[in-house]
Amino acid sequence: MLISSAAYFIGRRKALQSVQGDVRQLHSLPGHYGWFSAMTSLLPGMIIILAWIIFGPVIIDNMTLASLAGLEGGEKIQSLSDFDRAIYLNDIHNLAVGDATSRPVTESLTFAAQYYQRAQQDIFWIFSLSAVAISALAATLGIRKISPTMRSRNILERLILSGLALCSLLAVLTTVGIVSSLIFETLRFLDHVSLADFLLGLKWSPQTALRADQVGSSGAFGVIPLFAGTLLITFIALVFAVPVGLLSAIYMTEFASRGARAVFKPLLELLAGIPTVVYGFFAALVVAPFIRTSGDFLGLEIASESALAAGLVMGVMIIPLMSSLSDDVISAVPQSLRDASYGLGATKTETILNVIIPSALPGIVSAFLLAASRAIGETMIVVMAAGMAANLTANPLEAVTTVTVQIVALLTGDQEFNSAKTLSAFALGLALFTITLILNFIALKVVRKYQEQYD
Amino acid sequence: MTDKDLTSKSPWTTEAMQKRLKKRYRKETAFKAVGLSGLLIGLCALAILVISIFTTGLSGFKETRLTIDVYMDPAIIKAAPDLDEDARIAHMAKVNHRALIRNSLRLSFPDVKSRRDIMALQRLTSNGARDEVRQALIDDPTIIGKTIPMNLRASSTVDMYIKGQISRDVAQSSRKISDKQLVWLDKLNAEGRIVKGFNWIFLSSGDSREPELAGILGAAIGSLLTLLVTLVIAFPIGVATAIYLEEFAPRNKWTDIIEININNLAAVPSIIFGLLGLAIFLNVFNMPRSAPLVGGLTLALMTLPTIIITSRAAIRAVPPSIREAAIGMGASKIQTQLHHVLPLSLPGILTGTIIGMAQALGETAPLLMIGMVAFIVDVPEGILDAATALPVQIFLWADSAERGFMEKTSAAIIVLLLFLVLMNGLAIWMRHKFEKRW
Repeated sequence: MLISSAAYFIGRRKALQSVQGDVRQLHSLPGHYGWFSAMTSLLPGMIIILAWIIFGPVIIDNMTLASLAGLEGGEKIQSLSDFDRAIYLNDIHNLAVGDATSRPVTESLTFAAQYYQRAQQDIFWIFSLSAVAISALAATLGIRKISPTMRSRNILERLILSGLALCSLLAVLTTVGIVSSLIFETLRFLDHVSLADFLLGLKWSPQTALRADQVGSSGAFGVIPLFAGTLLITFIALVFAVPVGLLSAIYMTEFASRGARAVFKPLLELLAGIPTVVYGFFAALVVAPFIRTSGDFLGLEIASESALAAGLVMGVMIIPLMSSLSDDVISAVPQSLRDASYGLGATKTETILNVIIPSALPGIVSAFLLAASRAIGETMIVVMAAGMAANLTANPLEAVTTVTVQIVALLTGDQEFNSAKTLSAFALGLALFTITLILNFIALKVVRKYQEQYD
Repeated sequence: MTDKDLTSKSPWTTEAMQKRLKKRYRKETAFKAVGLSGLLIGLCALAILVISIFTTGLSGFKETRLTIDVYMDPAIIKAAPDLDEDARIAHMAKVNHRALIRNSLRLSFPDVKSRRDIMALQRLTSNGARDEVRQALIDDPTIIGKTIPMNLRASSTVDMYIKGQISRDVAQSSRKISDKQLVWLDKLNAEGRIVKGFNWIFLSSGDSREPELAGILGAAIGSLLTLLVTLVIAFPIGVATAIYLEEFAPRNKWTDIIEININNLAAVPSIIFGLLGLAIFLNVFNMPRSAPLVGGLTLALMTLPTIIITSRAAIRAVPPSIREAAIGMGASKIQTQLHHVLPLSLPGILTGTIIGMAQALGETAPLLMIGMVAFIVDVPEGILDAATALPVQIFLWADSAERGFMEKTSAAIIVLLLFLVLMNGLAIWMRHKFEKRW
């Protein structure tokens, strides 16, 4: 960093000197020459530092293990499996920083830890010195190249442009990261459980045996009850949210005065800004007890974590989504269609029901799909208000569990990463991702097609 | 039109027509009412939610204290007079403060004799009362041997009883406060020794197992650090992507893919991002669990689409005349962007960023995945320390069995909503202030 900022000034001065302070003779602005030399020094240095961050620990680990080979008992370590070696290394790391280790501290372990510490320092120095040296070298090379005719601006701008393009690739990389990590872990999960059992199994109880000799807990990973629960809650939410959202959108676009709309619309959209954890608390604190007591009153037995409570609150959450999306599509219906309908003598209601809604229908459908995908992927409300036990039922008064609840339940707390139990969460995640992706994709396609129709 | 038409009855005035018209108008009013009721249901839900949170939450900001005459018994404190300052503080920290409070309570209630009753009496005060006695001793060594009235923090049960959340009509076995304790409390109350005040500890300390000692500062700082990381990562990358896609990208298959990608990412459930953070940041890169760094990175990936989409809209709103003018003056394309388009679209970009940050602040599920759910007492000091975030803290307290945490949960929600309202308000204000009509 220091070198590159120095390089900036030196490069700038050199450029100015080369034309005796006459800026007009330079191809680019003096600052460009400065930036050019700063960049030439910064980039190689950065690459070295990055290499150190990524490869440094591996190199040190290998050196440490290699040093043990000469020691008594070193042979054994070489023949360990990858997993055991990782644990052994972890102990060495822990000992080096003074944390607790998982095995008795032997002589070779202390030796390794000391070696590790030394190697870490050495490598650090080697890398930082080489980084400094190389950036200095690159800086001098860069500065030497500076001459009045050099097109430093063009080079610099190409650099910036590729930086921008690189940033835009990150979005793609995120998707690739999501898909690859989900698929990778799911494949590992499918080593434990067959695909047919996962997709078609009717029982979900992800308890695997902690020890090999434990009895009767091989676990069942049937995903059907989870999706049944998810769909039940989503269905309740949509039954509540779609009419309410659609009606309020219709009222606000067609009936309400301008002033009323200016008040109601932001108020309704406030609902969208409330964090889902607040909805979850609301569901558990207010809605679920209310539904239970009213059930008692009516002589119905209602579970305190009923699907109805979670579904209703989730419905409240997606009202603004539904209403603002349908608001957009209803406003997008051309005024000429409305005028034509009025001209034929139709009332407002008739216009809405017979003209506006049919012509806005694709947009409304896509709003519905987006709302559904939102409800399926929603986590906190169901984690806090829905049940934990998988229960294959269509009765909204019973407790059901959802895909997202299970993902959270499987992954919170400390677990080893290789058990089928933890891996199954990624398989669920993949299923969830696929479903929401398909819904979103269709919705976006429909919207795009619809927009073209009226443009 | 002929004369005949005028004299004969027009179809609009026939009885059947009139009836039909009336029916149509009735339908009109009915439909309007249905539409309004839909809107009202939505607003009612909002009102119930806000009211229920505020009614349970406001009392979470208040606390109950008991005024007790504490006798600073030299026999218990056993302070050597000639200690230097550090040694004295160290000694005062080790004093049996519990015994001090117990003995003082026994002096105030001379008729309490049995061991069990004394224990019950002591349970009226919070564990935090010991810290208060210790602090008093450290602050002023001259109080040793004197009896001074102190406002000691009451236990959560007492606090809830005083606030009316525990009713004394319930049978003794089904409430956490015993009849005897109620009698003592009545006595204290009659002497005016029960004081209510603002619960500063709620705003100034970390989490605790005891509701009356739990605070949100740790979670708030954790949220702040997380958001900082998110902002530092997501803002530059988001803006760079927006500029590239809007101004430089050639229209081809690749940019189409990127665009569809961004739109789809915006609708991916947040928990999937949590899985990504767990698989990539924690398991591949071995970053520390529960750290704001990982949380921030995960949330950055999540808010990136929001920032990109709003930034692109803001950049698109800058009229082409500005660009043409700059290019006409001999600026290169990059110079045009950096010197003219970007500054002009910055208000819009910032508005979008604030909205994205508000989203990230309220997000819980991805943070659960990467382990920011631990019980953490200390206030985090850096982005590598273990931390929780405000919404996660709310989730933890809401799950807690202790009833005293309920009002704390609501109070924490009020704080969170306050932050969100502030951020969104800022965004709206900025939009109005810098809104330009070209």
